[in-house]
Amino acid sequence: MVYFIVKRMIQSVFVMLAVAFLAFSLFRFVGDPITQMTGVETSVVDQERLREELGLNDPFVSQFIRFTGDMLQGDFGYSYRTRQPVADMITERVPATLELGVVALIISLLVGVPAGVYTALKPRGIWTQTILMTTLVGVSVPTFVIGIMLIFLFGVQLGWLPTFGRGGTVQIGNWESSLFTFSGWRALLLPAITLGVYQLTLTMRLVRAEMMEVMRSDYIRFAMARGVPMRKLHYKHAMVNTMVPVITIIGLQFGGVIAFSIVTESVFQWPGMGLLFLESIRFVDIPVMGVYLVVIAFFFVLVNLVVDLLYVAIDPRLRLRELE
Amino acid sequence: MIAFLKKYEGLWLFVHSPSAIVAAMVATLIILGAIFASWIALVNPYDLASFSLFDGLLPPVWQDGANPKYLLGTDDQGRDMISAILYGARLSLIIGLSALTIAAVIGVGLGLAAGYYGGRFDAVVMRIADVQLALPAILTALLIDGIARGILPAAIQQDLRVAVLTLAIALSLWVNFARTARATTFVQMNKEYVQAAIMMGQRPSRVMFVHILPNILGPLLVIMTVDLASAILLEATLSFLGIGLPADSPSLGTLIRIGMQFMLSGEWWILWIPTLFLIALVVSINILGDFLRDIFNPRLR
Amino acid sequence: MLTIKDLTVKFPSRFGDFSAIECVDMTIKPGEIHGLVGESGAGKSTVGAAVIGLLQAPGYVANGILTLGDTDLRDLTAAQAHEVRGDRISMIFQDPQTSLNPLMTIEDQLVETIQAHSDASKTAARRRAVDLLEDIGIQNASQRIKAYPHQFSGGMRQRVVIALAICTDPELIIADEPTTALDVAVQSQVLDLIKQLARERQIAFMLITHDIGVIAQVANRVTVMRKGRVVETGDTAQVLGAPKHPYTRALMDAVPPLDQKIDRFRVPAADDTAVMQGDTAERWLLEGQQYGLTGLALENLTVTFTGQRTSLFRKPSHYVALEDVTLTIRPGSIMGLVGESGSGKSTLAKAITGLVTPTYGTMILGDTVLPFGSSRSRHHSSRQLVQMVFQDPYSSLNPRHRIGDILTEPLRFYGFVKDPAERTSLAASMLSLVGMQPDAIIKYPHQFSGGQRQRIAVARALLARPRFLICDEPTSALDVSIQAEILNLLKELQARFGLTILFISHNLAVVRQMADDTAVLRNGKIQEVNTTEVVYQSPQAKYTKSLLAQTPEMPKSWRH
Repeated sequence: MVYFIVKRMIQSVFVMLAVAFLAFSLFRFVGDPITQMTGVETSVVDQERLREELGLNDPFVSQFIRFTGDMLQGDFGYSYRTRQPVADMITERVPATLELGVVALIISLLVGVPAGVYTALKPRGIWTQTILMTTLVGVSVPTFVIGIMLIFLFGVQLGWLPTFGRGGTVQIGNWESSLFTFSGWRALLLPAITLGVYQLTLTMRLVRAEMMEVMRSDYIRFAMARGVPMRKLHYKHAMVNTMVPVITIIGLQFGGVIAFSIVTESVFQWPGMGLLFLESIRFVDIPVMGVYLVVIAFFFVLVNLVVDLLYVAIDPRLRLRELE
Repeated sequence: MIAFLKKYEGLWLFVHSPSAIVAAMVATLIILGAIFASWIALVNPYDLASFSLFDGLLPPVWQDGANPKYLLGTDDQGRDMISAILYGARLSLIIGLSALTIAAVIGVGLGLAAGYYGGRFDAVVMRIADVQLALPAILTALLIDGIARGILPAAIQQDLRVAVLTLAIALSLWVNFARTARATTFVQMNKEYVQAAIMMGQRPSRVMFVHILPNILGPLLVIMTVDLASAILLEATLSFLGIGLPADSPSLGTLIRIGMQFMLSGEWWILWIPTLFLIALVVSINILGDFLRDIFNPRLR
Repeated sequence: MLTIKDLTVKFPSRFGDFSAIECVDMTIKPGEIHGLVGESGAGKSTVGAAVIGLLQAPGYVANGILTLGDTDLRDLTAAQAHEVRGDRISMIFQDPQTSLNPLMTIEDQLVETIQAHSDASKTAARRRAVDLLEDIGIQNASQRIKAYPHQFSGGMRQRVVIALAICTDPELIIADEPTTALDVAVQSQVLDLIKQLARERQIAFMLITHDIGVIAQVANRVTVMRKGRVVETGDTAQVLGAPKHPYTRALMDAVPPLDQKIDRFRVPAADDTAVMQGDTAERWLLEGQQYGLTGLALENLTVTFTGQRTSLFRKPSHYVALEDVTLTIRPGSIMGLVGESGSGKSTLAKAITGLVTPTYGTMILGDTVLPFGSSRSRHHSSRQLVQMVFQDPYSSLNPRHRIGDILTEPLRFYGFVKDPAERTSLAASMLSLVGMQPDAIIKYPHQFSGGQRQRIAVARALLARPRFLICDEPTSALDVSIQAEILNLLKELQARFGLTILFISHNLAVVRQMADDTAVLRNGKIQEVNTTEVVYQSPQAKYTKSLLAQTPEMPKSWRH
């Protein structure tokens, strides 16, 4: 089992390195950093000098090593557009995105999992059909359309909730949170729902499929033959067994949440990392693009690692070896 | 008689499933409309000369102030809404289908080979897939777009818009195909007909494409419909974000972006007509995808 | 006492209601082991499922009387029916691995069952569970009980399953193919356990199986079913030894005896399709015989697999599949290879055909040395001279290819026949030779039954004009009567066309019928090799002796 953990960690490091390499290639090959930084007035001689100073004439590998080293120490370079340290720009925006993502994920789980279990246990009920129909539409409507519709309904027509911005925020150390004010929550609601809907439908369908598969298994049939009470059968046996493969998907879902946050932040003008990334694309601000890549990959890899470890903790087949 | 019915069981199920029929009809209508857009549409939205600002902002036929020539109204540039959505759907479909094809060819090819050869090759392909998976689809698409913007000289950027978009979407979708192809190939590798073919001494390419591929088409077909929907949605999202197709050759996503400006000012049709159209297209594709999935998994019936 | 009268179960479908079983009568007294035997599709499992109320939806009981003691089983509400399950009737299934919840300890599963039907406290339930496991023959029960199902071996798992079934003291246990997935030795123990439970606790057993030998060994009375109806019922000795119904008689004729070799199985005339016309194919095959008979010699063959790495510090463990196997197969003879699951039989077949690379040793086909798997060229002669008939008729033919394509593939690949039309007619002729209608050429595999598919598989193998044929469990997935037909076919073909055959099976009786010589394999090592007569009549190795002793068979005294 220790071997398994070590193997996974090595894999994670590999993935991070690959992503870092991609980001670094971006820096090197897309556009010229010098011209971006200095503008037209600087003489060619001065540009050459700058190039030499910044070590841009060094061999590829040593530059890459320096790049990675810098990253590990928290130095992410400077934005072409704003001339600010990228690290500052990103850390400023991280709380907004993270809070949005986590709340959206919680919403999707709180609604998706029970819905999935219910529709699996009662395949022919009228509620099941309704839920299935709704989720079908939910999967087909793009996130931004959902956002627009919610804005239109609750923001424009009914005027209940704000349609852009974060509302009131509270500073806790480095972290600017909007979870502690009422207006913060009001502003968070629509974006979180928008972001959560797609995840919700995916979760629900997955849980449903897994649960139906489990209900057909031999050990459920045997438990029925033994007269185990139906309630226990549904929850202790079926649902618990269903959760195991579902957990692994949660990890992927987190990646999806972070990704779709780009769209949601755009629709609601939510000041998070996603919006920052969009702007950097528009202005071809390579440093920000590259760093965003690395940060996203990092979150993703971290979550998946945790999920894998959880998996090992829960499933005895991965933990214990045979007795004889 | 029973054997005959069983052979066309899929067809029987289709005929008896109202949602599948409706979905197929809707999808067909939209697709036909998109294909024949140039013949049906009043206006070519790309041809600046064919419409004028004076016709702009006209509401649909059932409201006051409408011009009966433009059944669903016009947008701010004076383009007929029907023409706009037909041409828009055409673009969305072209990009979606092309991206899907590229992704399928790459993904299935790699997945098949990974399943067949196993070992090192498989490990390498899986690692690449892992890295790709660490970056969600939108991210990959945005990145490719950003890179293209940075690398290509400004002059040809506009022309290559469609190609870049297609490539971006394709690269974010291939992993799905690869993983499914690989998993199903593994299953087939254990089957005795594959072992018989290998034993006989047949070329690996023959074993993969003549023997294994026909047997893994089922799940791949399902992925194709789901991913077609994803591709269309992805393109719409990118266009909405302003990174996809521009306003003078709009796809459905671009139209929605344009329409959002008019959400508060009362010209609701500029926003909601393209939106509904997009939803209808994707929902019907998804229904058909679900239907196909149910056919290939008889246990769920 | 269980009484079943006139039981009919139907399954509604798009094409109308389909009767799975019809007018079934049966009685089982307390302490009686009642065998329910029949071929696939006979409806045996449906009877069991109907009694315990676990019919697969949408099946339903259309008619009949089902009573257990004083209780009318059909007249219960869903809740009451669920109460009866476990408390009075219990059921065990074929595969012990999938019957247990992998995420719960054995203890939890036992305690939960005990508490579901009694007022026992947790501690009392735990104690009962431990006692039960020890009764069943699991040593160190108090420690073992804390383990998870995957930590037990197959035989132990089935014992746990049985423990779970009896922990509530039921009156009747329905056992659906309880020993089919087990090794011979383990099967023997489990059958003894069942006998013990019936005797000591007076539990009635409905033993559903397709294995006549098992019935002969443990059942007091037996019911024979066919296509959903009861064909014959009575004391085991009478039904098996002197069957009254022609179907039962035909069935018993098809069962391969363990104690003697018969030339051909007696198959009902209508079904006798062993080798018909097929003149073109026959002539074509006889041409190949000019090259003489080919034997196979294996010397010190060893195959080792490296396992997966599971620990950071230890190297991955090696698994020795075959160790020092030395074997000579005489040209033109049939060599039987007997072994249980995991003995290495399939690995041997794969080593010969090049799918697996041996670590050491020599293989000589005729007078050529066979190169090892990875270095064997795709055009090596052995690829044509050695052909294989596989076990699973449902996966050995490509479901997406027509029969014609499947059969003409070897003709095309080996360059035997250039003209496509000629290829098709040769293939059609070969189909006739193996007893199939030539019009099968345009059909797909799924349109045929298991037995028919195996015939097609044999035809395909022959269309490569081999001199050496490996049959890897060719009839293990087939019903007994179909098996008899296929074995007849193989014997006939071998005699006519001078093939050398390596016949692999775990079924000792079948090997007895087919093989001239027999080799016994255990854990990769040959235990014994000799002529079949010697191996079966006067076995030398201890393993062979115990295998023969533990294989369930019908006592000779019953046969009339």
